[in-house]
Amino acid sequence: MNWDALATYGPRMLQGLVVTLQLVVISITLGALLSIPVALARMSRSRILRAVSFGYMYFFRGTPLLAQVFLVYYGAGQFRTQLEAIGLWWLFRDAFFCCVLTFTLNTGAYQAEILRGAIRAVPAGQREAAMSLGLRPRQIFRKIVMPQAILIALRPLGNEVILMVKGSSVAAIVTVFDLMGVTRLAYSRTFDFQVYLWAAVLYLVVVEIIRRVWDKLEHRLTRHMRSA
Amino acid sequence: MRIVKRVAIAALALMAVSGAVQAKEWKNIRVAVEGAFPPFNSVSADGQLEGFDVDIAKAICANLKAECTFTVQDWDGLIPALQAGKFDTIISSMSITDERKKVIDFSRPYYQSPSSFVAPKSAGIKDTSPEGLKGKTIGAQSSTVQATELEEKYKGSDIKLYPTQDEVNLDLVAGRIDLLFVDKLPGLEWLKTADGANYEFVGTDLPTDGVGAAVRKEDSDLRDQISAAILAIKADGTYDKINAKYFPFSIWKE
Repeated sequence: MNWDALATYGPRMLQGLVVTLQLVVISITLGALLSIPVALARMSRSRILRAVSFGYMYFFRGTPLLAQVFLVYYGAGQFRTQLEAIGLWWLFRDAFFCCVLTFTLNTGAYQAEILRGAIRAVPAGQREAAMSLGLRPRQIFRKIVMPQAILIALRPLGNEVILMVKGSSVAAIVTVFDLMGVTRLAYSRTFDFQVYLWAAVLYLVVVEIIRRVWDKLEHRLTRHMRSA
Repeated sequence: MRIVKRVAIAALALMAVSGAVQAKEWKNIRVAVEGAFPPFNSVSADGQLEGFDVDIAKAICANLKAECTFTVQDWDGLIPALQAGKFDTIISSMSITDERKKVIDFSRPYYQSPSSFVAPKSAGIKDTSPEGLKGKTIGAQSSTVQATELEEKYKGSDIKLYPTQDEVNLDLVAGRIDLLFVDKLPGLEWLKTADGANYEFVGTDLPTDGVGAAVRKEDSDLRDQISAAILAIKADGTYDKINAKYFPFSIWKE
């Protein structure tokens, strides 16, 4: 163990971990909110809504997150005068905001696809049975289809959260001192590979916590499917 | 298991022997550059490496009568890759610092350049002491002498670190940073470009210990050969010719 490096950079790495968690929690939450209208638009009867949501999902799932971060961060830099004119530059000036925006759009696309698949996977018989009971379409969607869809979506959503935790490390490239950013800084000063090992352990701990929370969530949400 | 162990030991012994033989010869030197630091090293539009570092490296190799192959490697990865044996020397405007000397060795310096602050002409910044820049956002390339200097002395300022100098320049133009802290000579080159037209050097320059060729600690023979070659190309006029090609003044460090 390199105790000197740990004493110097350990606390800063924990601060970096907090920044990573902020990035992930904000982006995943906003992405989840975004994914619902996008998934619905993807399945809507309107051709335009379908095309727009398809284009959005196609772009964000089909290009690397790193490229998207660069595009938003340095792209916004090129349009500074225009952004200043509409009063948004103070937001795009901030690297953290640029990352949250990009991550939200990215995870929103993935979550929408997960949600769409899950809604499609709810057996048609459920919907038909609800209709025969005289429930209105809105009620059917909210009370019959969605609860079952969320259960199906739970596992892939957990995957998405874990991918986001690791994917958020690209924020370090655009000057955000997240866990990876601090690790790179520590490594550039100490030239000791150990710091990457510590970062790996911290990421692993976060992922393990998410895994456990997800197990608990699934256990709770499937309680009606177990025989007492 | 025993056979495996014996084979492994034999292989290791063979590697040690061949390694020792190679260390004396240095007929082939693998040189690494960053390739993103004009006018010192950059990749031209047609994919060729060019710049002061590259010309100096070629002159050193010619002097040593060695065959040189060039590798382009990200700045942050240069020292780890050198240690991992991916190449033999870094000739890429790497400043000689105490931190780096703990893990690698340097030849004698082949040029020197101070560190300077660059700010918009309209900003009117004069005092670049840590007190004078309190509250300002300053950008620099990560893992450089400038980054270390900022991290250690400019605690009251917001420090932003970027993978390459190009990105620092971009963000100064975008207005995300108030100043950037850079090696003076590449800074000078950037101020001449269209992007750099509205910017200027401000405050006081900070001296550095010069720039040398980096080698692994165990390759002290290569280090000494490169040091001798640097003095030799200075003595025979090759160095001055290369210097004149890029700068109207001498950047030699005695």
